[in-house]
Amino acid sequence: MTGPVFHRTPFSDWRTRETTDHLLRAIETETRHLPAALKLMEVCGTHTMVLHRSGLKPQLRAAGIELISGPGCPVCITPDYYHEAIIDLLTARDDIIVCTFGDLTRVPTRKGSLQTVVPQPGSRLKIVYSPEEAIKEAWSQPDKQVIFFGAGFETTIPGIAFTVKTASELNLKNYSLLTAFWLIPPALRAIIESGELAINGFIYPGHVSVIIGEKPYAFIAEKYHLPGAISGFEPADILLGVLSVVRQIRSGKPRVANEYQRVVKPQGNPQALALMEKYLSKTAADWRGLGIIPDSGLKLKPDYSAFDALKKFSLKLKPGQTGKTACRCGEVLKGLIGPGDCPLFGRQCWPDSPQGPCMVSYEGACLVEYKFSGAKHHD
Amino acid sequence: MCLAVPGKVISLNDNGTGQVDYLGSQVLANFSLLSGIRIGDWVIVHAGFAISRLDQKEARRTLKLFQELEKQS
Repeated sequence: MTGPVFHRTPFSDWRTRETTDHLLRAIETETRHLPAALKLMEVCGTHTMVLHRSGLKPQLRAAGIELISGPGCPVCITPDYYHEAIIDLLTARDDIIVCTFGDLTRVPTRKGSLQTVVPQPGSRLKIVYSPEEAIKEAWSQPDKQVIFFGAGFETTIPGIAFTVKTASELNLKNYSLLTAFWLIPPALRAIIESGELAINGFIYPGHVSVIIGEKPYAFIAEKYHLPGAISGFEPADILLGVLSVVRQIRSGKPRVANEYQRVVKPQGNPQALALMEKYLSKTAADWRGLGIIPDSGLKLKPDYSAFDALKKFSLKLKPGQTGKTACRCGEVLKGLIGPGDCPLFGRQCWPDSPQGPCMVSYEGACLVEYKFSGAKHHD
Repeated sequence: MCLAVPGKVISLNDNGTGQVDYLGSQVLANFSLLSGIRIGDWVIVHAGFAISRLDQKEARRTLKLFQELEKQS
């Protein structure tokens, strides 16, 4: 065992003020020739966070680029009824252990949040960092039923699929999944097709692209003639993506640029894709705000239905049961309004008392805006 | 949420897992989604799984691009 290793990351030189200033100037040189400001969608919630934290958002606005947050927050787009189904099960049976990612436990629903129901007798909730911890839980507690409740995009899905492989190999009978798996490219198609938002281009999510590669976005350039760039998560990475998109617009040649080649390979991650292919199949999925989008979700293949908590516990996901509040998360996720346009933002909704998932998740547009805009709540 | 920075692989176990170091804090990661991981590799870890190995040559290329931009402006 070695002690802590101190080192410079390969990015230490990237965070200089000079680098971002030069990139901003290069963007401005391009936008100067355009008649109007450009609207670009940053699909990924972590990009949203970096843009706010680094102070780039107003600087880009001054350079003629309006960045609009997209649906790239899995916790945000998962409808309440997933939470309600798992809450019902957790409170009804005392042999259930639910393992899940931390922010999923705080999403408010009509039935409370997972965290608020834990004190009920027999309820057991475990927050995990890796889905593999749920496998360990199932292995060590054979008299309990362990359910991994997870929401995720292509980035997270392979790891969760890997637990199905492990559980099959270990012949674990007390492990199952309740998952809300979301696929980014079909959602982008739906956003473009809806025509509600005039977007000039996309900053594609870096780590979704690690898994799927470049090709799944090709239709956006080919069919809709919209430019896009896969970007990393350093402020300079995002600016490089923006510069690429602006240059594509000026040249009239939209494509899928990969400005994160140190991490994203053109073909994606073949091992991860093979795991998804083996255990999961495409299905229509119901996105908060966007509605039902064909082939935009994944579910366990019938061969692995023994690991499907929906079947194992006869869970019912009931769309349309969610009580209406003034929360406008859905429109925020579509990029139709900014968080500050919601009547609840900062008034009845803030990080300690979230009224919707966009104020819960660390990559939720509302939480990010609240944290970095200096908003203070007032009753 | 995506952890935006890469970590360095500092140990490997027999079962396909190992420790990844982030400037002194370490996490256990599963390397099953990548092949041929070695100690010293830089990786992107997401929810317990290493999903990509950093290509240092590409990283240097991007850095060079930034430097060229600086010269131009």
